[in-house]
Amino acid sequence: MAQMTLTEKILAKHAGVPSVEPGQNIWIDVDILMTHDVCGPGTIGVFKKNFGPKAKVWDLNKVVIIPDHYIFTADRMANRNVDILREFVKEQNLPYFYDVGTDKYKGVCHIALPEEGHTRPGEVLLGTDSHTCTAGAFGEFATGIGNTDAGFVMGCGKLWLKVPPTMRFFFEGELPPYLMAKDLILAVIGDIGCDGATYQAMEFDGPGVFSLNIEERMTLCNMVIEAGGKNGVIAPDQTTFDFINSRNKSKLPYTPVYTDPGAKFCFEKSYKVGELQPVVAKPHSPDNKAFARELKGTKIDRAYIGSCTGGKITDFKAAAALLNGHTVKVDTFVVPATTEVARGLKTEKINGKTLEQVFLDAGAKIGEASCAACLGGPSDTFGRLNQPIRCISTTNRNYPGRMGHKEAEVFLASPLTVAASAMTGTITDPREFLS
Amino acid sequence: MSKIQDFFQGKAYVLGDNIDTDQIIPAQYLTYNPAIPEEYKQFGKYALSSVPQAQAGLPKGHIPFHTDDEFVSPYKFIVAGKNFGCGSSREHAPVALDAAGIQVVIAQFYARIFFRNVVNGGYLVPFETGDRLCEKICTGDELRLETAATRLINLTTQEVFLLKPLGEVAPILQAGGIFPYARSMGMLKS
Ligand code: SF4
Repeated sequence: MAQMTLTEKILAKHAGVPSVEPGQNIWIDVDILMTHDVCGPGTIGVFKKNFGPKAKVWDLNKVVIIPDHYIFTADRMANRNVDILREFVKEQNLPYFYDVGTDKYKGVCHIALPEEGHTRPGEVLLGTDSHTCTAGAFGEFATGIGNTDAGFVMGCGKLWLKVPPTMRFFFEGELPPYLMAKDLILAVIGDIGCDGATYQAMEFDGPGVFSLNIEERMTLCNMVIEAGGKNGVIAPDQTTFDFINSRNKSKLPYTPVYTDPGAKFCFEKSYKVGELQPVVAKPHSPDNKAFARELKGTKIDRAYIGSCTGGKITDFKAAAALLNGHTVKVDTFVVPATTEVARGLKTEKINGKTLEQVFLDAGAKIGEASCAACLGGPSDTFGRLNQPIRCISTTNRNYPGRMGHKEAEVFLASPLTVAASAMTGTITDPREFLS
Repeated sequence: MSKIQDFFQGKAYVLGDNIDTDQIIPAQYLTYNPAIPEEYKQFGKYALSSVPQAQAGLPKGHIPFHTDDEFVSPYKFIVAGKNFGCGSSREHAPVALDAAGIQVVIAQFYARIFFRNVVNGGYLVPFETGDRLCEKICTGDELRLETAATRLINLTTQEVFLLKPLGEVAPILQAGGIFPYARSMGMLKS
């Protein structure tokens, strides 16, 4: 039998064929379809138009709806969109809806999915959001799709896909304390470019990856889309199983899948982790790579710690470890990705102080769990760049206008680098505080 | 309904590399619902509104795609560089270009999700080109495209370019998107 990569194997299995090859177009069965408040209404529209006003989704337990983008806003249309989701959930009787204003409310979908047990190794997850690729961290095939594709999946549970060739990124050695997964992925994107993985799968491998906790693995996979990747994936190991088993409430069985020895990669690159440095992506592209040290002294107006990339507990722990006992020199916004992360800010402690206390004492402002200013959003969004200012951020995109004002400048960096920069008001390598 | 015509003719609007979907339709307008026809039109009004002035309408830049109160732009073609449509998966991006009256995009290559959305939604016709046409065609040039021959004629300069064939997505575009295509293939009940 043909040797296949992890991605190819999952796709073959979901197409019901013994093997697939890169470039082949196949129809696959979908395990989970996720949508949110921005793309849900359009998806529902496509679904109804094509399957009929009375149509039912293909499988109640496989559709997950997570409002997260425009939540804490007075914008009438944004709130109307959440109402469209509510109506649909009621009409379809969907069990997995994390509604705003209820205690089921979660926040950012890509973090909510694994927290609520909707991710499993070996599965296919499609979502109406480009960062759906985050879930590749659990050893599954996960990718973003549009409303039309999602409407199609909603009705029949299938979609055509082109099998991507796999690129392999191998990380030798373990991360020193001044580096985070964000530095690794920014280094990769800087090296291959923001179109370097177009139509391709990115598999992350090596001790540098397997020594990361599950949240850091999510950060790696989260940003494959910033290199144009179709999906990112990490083989499941005990860290993965421990996390999945503690969250898999429905106790659905799953089958882990691994790359065959001898499987073909279309590209291979190896990094010695110990030789890497804290990376910053300069405006206005995630591949505009520089080292934090090279930008030393660059003045900033704002720091932002949040999003599916940099708004998890691991991210806040790292930032708080630096900020503890210091004050910020610029406006600093802290936005937990989900309500579970928000609770963690109140319970996780550093030297006896909660993370929340550390941030508040440092002078940062803490917002409510959601996407918030990561994608700009309505003008009253927490942390939004309404002026042409300069911001250093743990988010994933810095294209023009992404966080609000189209002349604003966004620098992307790890939570450590953002925290160090907030403390000095200029871009700062975290090693300056970590000696 | 298929958006493929035998010929396309109209003015070109030229953009550079890595035009991401936030520039095509900024996030604050995503509150409109493309499934509602009156709201679909709104996307045309805000199409390309986050492209920085200097990059808007190359080679000179500073050429607005349309005036602030217009829903439809005077251009029918977008000519762009590499990685057109990268970033967010929002299908509002091809919707915005379609609502603004764009019929054809010609780029060196596309980001994957945008390309799928264009094809599966059947919004417009996405051609790829081996040439860096965004440096050979100027905003405002009158273009004519002979679809079957993939021949692009710049009527302003009389230059002729050969585009890449649509390839494996042609049948989906000809059917008018993934739904009519899947029905014609017997994948979905009609
Ligand atoms: S946090 Fe940002 S990148 Fe993540 S889903 Fe929300 S808007 Fe998208």
